[in-house]
Amino acid sequence: MNDQSGVRNTRLFPHALDIAKGRVDMTHGGGGRAMAQLVSEVFGSAFDNEYLAQGNDMAVMPPANGRLVMSTDGYVISPLFFPGGDIGSLAVHGTINDVAMSGATPLYLSASFIIEEGLPLADLRQIVVSMADASRAAGVPIVTGDTKVVERGKADGVFISTAGVGVLADGVEIGGDRIREGDAILVSGSIGDHGIAILSKRENLDFETTIESDSAPLHRMIRAMVDAEPEIHCLRDPTRGGLAATLNELANQSGVGLVLREEALPIKSAVRGACELLGIDPLGVANEGKLLAFCPREKADAVLRIMRSAEFGADAAIIGHVVADPLRLVRLETSFGSERVVEWLNGEQLPRIC
Amino acid sequence: MCLAIPAEVIELLPDGMGKVSIDGIEKAVSLALLSEIAVGDYVLIHVGFALSRISPEEAKDTLDALREMGELAGELNLAGLAG
Amino acid sequence: MKYASEFRDGKLARKIAAAIAAECVVDRSYTFMEFCGGHTHTIARYGLEAMLPENIRLVHGPGCPVCVLPVGRIDSAIELARDHGVILCTYGDMMRVPGSHRASLMKAKAGGADVRMVWSTLDALKIARENPDREVAFLAIGFETTTPPTAMALKIAKAEGLTNFSVFCNHVLTPAAMRAILDGESLPLQGIIGPGHVSAVIGIEPYQEFADRGQAIVVAGFEPLDLLQAILMLTRQVNEGRPRVENAYVRALPAVGNPKAREVIAETMQLRGAFEWRGLGRLPDSALCVADAYAAFDAELKFGLPYRAVPDPKSCACAEVVRGLKRPEECALFGRVCTPDDPIGSCMVSSEGGCAAHWLYGRHRSKTAA
Repeated sequence: MNDQSGVRNTRLFPHALDIAKGRVDMTHGGGGRAMAQLVSEVFGSAFDNEYLAQGNDMAVMPPANGRLVMSTDGYVISPLFFPGGDIGSLAVHGTINDVAMSGATPLYLSASFIIEEGLPLADLRQIVVSMADASRAAGVPIVTGDTKVVERGKADGVFISTAGVGVLADGVEIGGDRIREGDAILVSGSIGDHGIAILSKRENLDFETTIESDSAPLHRMIRAMVDAEPEIHCLRDPTRGGLAATLNELANQSGVGLVLREEALPIKSAVRGACELLGIDPLGVANEGKLLAFCPREKADAVLRIMRSAEFGADAAIIGHVVADPLRLVRLETSFGSERVVEWLNGEQLPRIC
Repeated sequence: MCLAIPAEVIELLPDGMGKVSIDGIEKAVSLALLSEIAVGDYVLIHVGFALSRISPEEAKDTLDALREMGELAGELNLAGLAG
Repeated sequence: MKYASEFRDGKLARKIAAAIAAECVVDRSYTFMEFCGGHTHTIARYGLEAMLPENIRLVHGPGCPVCVLPVGRIDSAIELARDHGVILCTYGDMMRVPGSHRASLMKAKAGGADVRMVWSTLDALKIARENPDREVAFLAIGFETTTPPTAMALKIAKAEGLTNFSVFCNHVLTPAAMRAILDGESLPLQGIIGPGHVSAVIGIEPYQEFADRGQAIVVAGFEPLDLLQAILMLTRQVNEGRPRVENAYVRALPAVGNPKAREVIAETMQLRGAFEWRGLGRLPDSALCVADAYAAFDAELKFGLPYRAVPDPKSCACAEVVRGLKRPEECALFGRVCTPDDPIGSCMVSSEGGCAAHWLYGRHRSKTAA
């Protein structure tokens, strides 16, 4: 934990924030002393780095050696804290991953908070510390940020937007339109963990499970993969909508058919159990720390070895291959011995009773 | 029409409730529609209620009978007909 | 998952399929209806039809409670949520079902109605306890399997004096729908695969009347081996010329069903005179409403919900599909204007409907074959 609350500027802010019992109120967004103190004592002390310390509304960074890559994402999640993570670590990992899926090295993050009046300061502090820890562990600093406070009922605790900037070496060409017939399809680990961890805490649905969100930064795994095997055609993180949505998206983007082998899919038994209980398909359940990789079949074993030896990749597997298909379908060869089409989902998967 | 799944009763709770486990997922459900349920029983769960008790003996007999039928079909060398 | 995975053995399934093929008389045709949407789903998902000999035809019956609920009833539920200030609780299955003018509970929620998805009636009761100053209505749907949990909720609400709780009851009865299929114009059937989970409540005796009418009946579980076993048993019954009721789901289904569950239903609900089914029309004694003794918990009475029948969409072939007169792909709307994302007819509404199952699992087979 990064706890630097002791560095309060007593001249500017004579009274300490009551982190234990206090709540965010409208003055914390009003541009006055209260906001300055919140920014300084909650955000500044946690995120502390040389760019943020410039103290301006922007950060000035040194020139990058390569093409710039940029991505942004908004994070809204209920509950804010869930098994395996919270909205803060999720906002760091998600944007790092989005930048990294191009093959780039993520360098900097920005973070913007829309906070609902009434959010306990202790919760905000816990989220911010979790973000700081995640960014430090990933080696990608949060260099600039913003906070706004909205009235009670106008947000759900806190919404976080993060943007990420990375640098991409010349010669690396990875994208959703580059998948070719004959490619192998790999996944970096077990699927559906995040979605099931969240569902287990949903009101009126709650069940007990040891499944935790897989929220994790994948940029180091990707760096190792791309350095060793420049012929990787595509990387994508199957977040909302799970593998089903991402694979359909990619089949259409590249104009190919995808064939998965059910037996090869890494799925934890508790995730299977939860899916049976709720009548949902693990292929449609969200992930936050997994990637799909496409590379020529003859390179697949080498790529798999690198994924498995990387952090967060121990359960990586080759799960299928790419075929020519004018219908651009995603098919699943079931362990039963039949075949079915894996469809796009019609919105969020809802638990069903029939 | 009715998604009902087998689950193991792992704990009896007050008010006719019980905790069941499905591959490590645990959930409290009502056992009020059944009588004399014990920890270790498997029950069929539908929308939060146990509707029937699963008989391990009958399940085994069914599987054995199916395997026998399968063997018979194999012996008759008709597997090819299944396409 | 114990008691499920063992019954998904593909190799054994191929052997049973071979046994079925061996017992089929070559120039005879076998037409069986799987009544239940759960069976339709399993058949489509595991591609069982492709494993069967060509002279066995499966007709996908009307046994999906979401599919058979008439549009007028969905309109009433939306009205209840939108205009009466209630917290409307329902199962996830109902959220996207389209009513008139493409409205749905999901859209009503977006428009400000308080619609909450629950997994069990126990959760709806909890919401009623936690919101004593709000009216909480539970939109109940389903066949006999799903009825006891609603009945239990009524019983608990009365015992606790939860006067802010009520049930909008739409429970329907399996034998009535089977009767309607056999009475009406349909593909001549030789046998019916009976719904295992419905039977876990009602037992197997209620199917005797259909055996007496010459139908082979085998009640089955929901795994692929359960269904193949049932098809084999039906084939044998037809060959022997001795139609009767058999139970292929003995592991979970005592022949008497669940008397305790039936008692709670009898106490809290009663037969309606007639009920409209999507695709089948108005059927006598085919549905339940809240019993007179529980009238205070009947949302239809409490909120004075009127019923307005809405005709099924023109050129929709659902009525023919559930009777086996048309296959899903023979409907002019199938896959063109009627898809799971934007369903027109009842059979496309839930993934258990014959059309949705064909769209999801079977459509590519015909396409790749072409």
